Amino acid sequence: MNDRDIAETVETPTLVGGELVRRHALATRIWHWVNALTLLVMLMSGLTIFNAHPRLYWGEYGANADYAWLEISARSGQGIVRIGDVQAVTTGVLGLWVDGDGEPQNRAFPSWATIPSTYNLADGRLWHFFFAWVLALALASFMLISLVNMHIWRDLRIRLSELSPAHLWHDIKDHARLRFPTGAAALDYNILQKLSYVGVIFILLPLVTLTGLTMSPTMDAAWPWLLDLFGGRASARSLHFIAAFLLFVFFVVHMAMVLLAGPWNEVRSMVTGWYRLPRERMTSVKEDDE
Amino acid sequence: MSGSILLSRRTLIGSLGASAGGLLLSGCDALGANEGFRGVLRSGESLTYATQRLVSDRNALAREFAEAEMSPVFRANGNIMPASADYAAHLATRFADWRLVVDGLVARPLAIPLAALMAMPQRAQITRHDCVEGWSAIGKWQGPKLAHILSLARLLPSARYIVFHCADSFGDHPYYESIDLVDALHPQTILAWRMNDAPLPVAHGAPIRVRVERQLGYKQAKYVMRIEARASLMGLYRGHGGFWEDDSGYQWYAGI
Repeated sequence: MNDRDIAETVETPTLVGGELVRRHALATRIWHWVNALTLLVMLMSGLTIFNAHPRLYWGEYGANADYAWLEISARSGQGIVRIGDVQAVTTGVLGLWVDGDGEPQNRAFPSWATIPSTYNLADGRLWHFFFAWVLALALASFMLISLVNMHIWRDLRIRLSELSPAHLWHDIKDHARLRFPTGAAALDYNILQKLSYVGVIFILLPLVTLTGLTMSPTMDAAWPWLLDLFGGRASARSLHFIAAFLLFVFFVVHMAMVLLAGPWNEVRSMVTGWYRLPRERMTSVKEDDE
Repeated sequence: MSGSILLSRRTLIGSLGASAGGLLLSGCDALGANEGFRGVLRSGESLTYATQRLVSDRNALAREFAEAEMSPVFRANGNIMPASADYAAHLATRFADWRLVVDGLVARPLAIPLAALMAMPQRAQITRHDCVEGWSAIGKWQGPKLAHILSLARLLPSARYIVFHCADSFGDHPYYESIDLVDALHPQTILAWRMNDAPLPVAHGAPIRVRVERQLGYKQAKYVMRIEARASLMGLYRGHGGFWEDDSGYQWYAGI
């Protein structure tokens, strides 16, 4: 648990880049990969369940006769996604697509995005509700361990100064220029990383879990405050879908950042814990920042 | 020159990605077809059932709504007209000669006319109906409590499940459903003969439909003809406790 501390307090003066240092605790690494697999299964089996009724509503209830704020459908030979009054033709991907046998299908999400690959609501629910347990228990364990081993306090704590517009803008510019920190500074998460990790761990994952529970009629009887919190079951279902979509967006950005930062080093550090500090950049690059 | 290398690398990565995706998908399908793995997945259902029973009070009520919160249109789903000649005859006489049979593990089997069900102490509730597909609708239901009828029939100590045998069927397979005694004796579990302040329409299960408000729509059996108390669901049709459970592998416990 103190690997980082040792690296910082004892070795910091000499860390200039190139050194292998211990970066991620075992608990963090285990949770990362369990969570990665679980979220993938949850997303894909969730799309199977969504395909059973590809319409989203706000409020306590919502069915075919009610207004859906989002709808994926097939109409006059086209796949169509409608959000509010705006609609887009998505033939081939959403609403109307061709399956592996060349047959046109009018399910919302295509077979390559769902578990199982052919529409089966019962099996989708079987996968989803088993892995929901894995997701929730793994998240709770990770939160508890990270509280105890100080991971949250040491690495994810957001300082007020980091939220100043100047600091945020500076970080955004660095990201846009693909300029990543080097040497010992690379060990600290920057504010955009912190915001996204904190957002996933403490907002999106709890939100997706609680909105999922709100769709359970037994849980609504046991914990009626769930309905008050999210404004009804239909709203909870919409928020569940939005939270899942934001987790997918996080996944895409996360993949892009790993690829840009050096996938070998990043993946190794998340598997073995060992991370090679990036070397200092050539000096002249630094000036145009100020 | 480097362009062609980049292209081939990109093609390589692309095809690797595509085949990894394909492998993942066919892997999931293969896993999902493996009985051992399905057993692991199904353990989630048992865990959910046990946990939800643990965290929810036996008598915790599903939320009840105000009239103003009701769905303007309550969608009818599944069978909306039983095909049997027997049912057609009952419908023609407005269920005047129809009897609800209560039998199985009871001390006093019953055959209750619709008028007698209407004359029993009634419960009316405006609740949300949640389809397994994801839609929901709020409607008003009225009828006697199932617990009252079971007390008249006097359940034997060996009774563990209540089975609802229905008049509708899919092909040769009659619709049926079953619940445990916690839900059977729950204060909101009623045999509804009224819906939205009118006699229960045929599309919604006339003459009576069971309301099990803490479970999904497929447990709310329509066209209930007979109520049977049983010690086990084994030996009944294909043994999974309900038509959709037998036919499509839906979870018997539909509290989630």
